[in-house]
Amino acid sequence: MKISTKYHGEMELEKNNIITFPQAIPGFPDEKEFILVPLDEAEEFVVLQSIANSQLAFVITNPFRFFKDYDFTLEDLVVELLEIESEKDILVFSILTVQDPFDQTTANLQAPIVINNKKKLAKQVILNHPDYRTKHPLFSKEKHKVGKE
Amino acid sequence: MLVLTRRSGEVIKIGDDIEITVIAVKGDRVKIGINAPKHVEIFRKEVYEQIIVENQEASADVSVVMEWMKGMKKD
Repeated sequence: MKISTKYHGEMELEKNNIITFPQAIPGFPDEKEFILVPLDEAEEFVVLQSIANSQLAFVITNPFRFFKDYDFTLEDLVVELLEIESEKDILVFSILTVQDPFDQTTANLQAPIVINNKKKLAKQVILNHPDYRTKHPLFSKEKHKVGKE
Repeated sequence: MLVLTRRSGEVIKIGDDIEITVIAVKGDRVKIGINAPKHVEIFRKEVYEQIIVENQEASADVSVVMEWMKGMKKD
């Protein structure tokens, strides 16, 4: 099966790679199926591409690479919805709000995308945590802290 | 909208399994406790709306990122 993508043109789609958001992503109630397409060779940045709507795509990244202290607990609700059995099946991404110039880009740490990679189920989780907001500069001093590891 | 007046410490029940308790009132701020089954998600409304706005902004065209990636590859 072929699909059209926003940034990669037409792509062959492996059915096993489809990630389902049972509750959709807030603001996009009709889009429940997505795939992950790496943007760069290092796979530092990934596109979360809607299958039904070629024009709907998010640029996402692994937040722990940029924000060393980022930490949250998954509520039982999420564990159940995503049928999570093991921590190692979980992928966490932050949606980026890409800016021009790119170094002004921000990450949404308040609402991470949590994926059960084994079951291919996902949810945008909204954290009730006062330190995490929707716009954290991606290339701030936190990045250098990460680099020290 | 149903409007009820409650004092500090009093409770409102919604259906069988949701309870909202007024914990404290101070000036124009009300501290509220919520007991609900774990499948019920609870957010501050403005937070939820902000997530929608941010998602819409984030899904806008980001060809700039592609340009940036191309620049990276040249380095």
